[in-house]
Amino acid sequence: MPLAEVILCCKSKTNWSAMTTFTETQSIVLQVNGARKNLSIEPRVSLLDALRDYLHLTGTKKGCDQGACGACTVLVDGERINSCLALAIQYEGCDIVTIEGLANAGELHPLQQAFIDQDGFQCGYCTPGQICSVVGMMTEFGKGAPSAVTKDGTANSELTEEEVRERMSGNLCRCGAYVGIRDAIKQVYGGRQQ
Amino acid sequence: MNNFTYLRATDANSAVNLLAANSTQGAAARFLAGGTNLVDLMREGIETAHALVDITRTPLADVHQLPDGGLRMGALVRNSHLAAHPLIREKYPLLSQAILHGASAQLRNMATTGGNIMQRTRCYYFYDTASRCNKRAPGSGCDAMEGFNRIHAILGTSPQCIATHPSDMCVALAALDATVNVTGPAGERSLPFSEVHRLPGNTPEIDTNLKPGELITSIDLPASTAGLSSVYRKVRDRASYAFALVSVGAAIKIDNGTIQQIHLALGGVAHKPWRATIAEQLLRGADATSENFAKAAEAELALAIPRRGNAFKIELAKRTIIAVLSELTANEGARQ
Repeated sequence: MPLAEVILCCKSKTNWSAMTTFTETQSIVLQVNGARKNLSIEPRVSLLDALRDYLHLTGTKKGCDQGACGACTVLVDGERINSCLALAIQYEGCDIVTIEGLANAGELHPLQQAFIDQDGFQCGYCTPGQICSVVGMMTEFGKGAPSAVTKDGTANSELTEEEVRERMSGNLCRCGAYVGIRDAIKQVYGGRQQ
Repeated sequence: MNNFTYLRATDANSAVNLLAANSTQGAAARFLAGGTNLVDLMREGIETAHALVDITRTPLADVHQLPDGGLRMGALVRNSHLAAHPLIREKYPLLSQAILHGASAQLRNMATTGGNIMQRTRCYYFYDTASRCNKRAPGSGCDAMEGFNRIHAILGTSPQCIATHPSDMCVALAALDATVNVTGPAGERSLPFSEVHRLPGNTPEIDTNLKPGELITSIDLPASTAGLSSVYRKVRDRASYAFALVSVGAAIKIDNGTIQQIHLALGGVAHKPWRATIAEQLLRGADATSENFAKAAEAELALAIPRRGNAFKIELAKRTIIAVLSELTANEGARQ
């Protein structure tokens, strides 16, 4: 079965085309911000480079390119990941959302507006990753996932400042706009309970 | 990054067969799961696999109870999912805590249990291809010995290598008597967790006792370590998202002031997750007093060999052991 015809959810284990071999440039399909995108890529191309260089979605940023800074954070099936450490070819059939996919019909996502309201940036380079990361964090929090600072691992928690700091530690801001970022998160999700 | 052949496996057997079929002498093929370490190592030119077998679509992402009361965790369960799993949080909170103290939320969403076990050291000299490193290039020497070795090992080292295993999750698995189930060209087998990772000796290029082509399929936790009081404490250079200088994972059962059961392991101090068997032996059946904790910590670290930059880890490890055991004793006291 040509891979381009295989569209499936990331979690699906069945109709996956088995034992396909790719060495040279291959045609793959990625589902990005609700649209099917055809790409010709080598298997070594990261999801980050596929988004930026092949699909020209340059909102997602390349910071360290080694999973240390979080600038490349995107959402895959609702979960935040570092797209720099992901091979694009592994993410066929997944629902990928980037910063470009958060605004709705020209209306900013509430977090985007809050980052503007609270000065959640200086240079802005880490901002798309920060915002995607907050969206992923709130999904995790909403599902009851604990963090390293959650006092009782089996009890539900409140989104305290300590929780936000721990849960957002995977996103560095070289300008040090953390206070504004914290306030932006607070503006939208302050006091949220699990 | 060198280009490579990308192969997809549908189940564990097809993964093992694909790897075997694409492995030739001198040209490595590797299993690919979350990619958080392997993709990075390939980008840095440290791993140069010519074939990657993607195992993320194999059905190994399940957590379920075993008939004997233990728990089986599939090799592909994402670290974040495992840490949040109700059965883990209820029965083995030490494992949940340890996982949550490692990496970042984004990385934990990608990384798998099997991959976490198989991750390689973060020694600067291993990562720097311009440096000498016996692990990366056997026989070339070790620039860590006289270099910046603040993060390096103090226990079980060899003249060839002072690298540490960087995992938090594995410290908990070591303490909780986990078993690792693998499948390979010669069939299935199980290894006690203490026998999975190895000390560097004269072959620091070999991290584990898995045979070539073997794939981790699941990890079991026994009923005997379920439900114990536990603490995971990690000491590091910043409050979150940093590797351990020293970490201590402990699970304990105290009855009338006497230690009935003790499971103690250290991270950040050795080439493998370090089960503190010397300390455990001294503490089992002993009174839960700070004097005994100090004696046990002293004995466990007695054979530590410091380098110029990491001598502080000996005292830090002792103090962290004592602090964790004291906290557990206080918790147990409050519970009784």
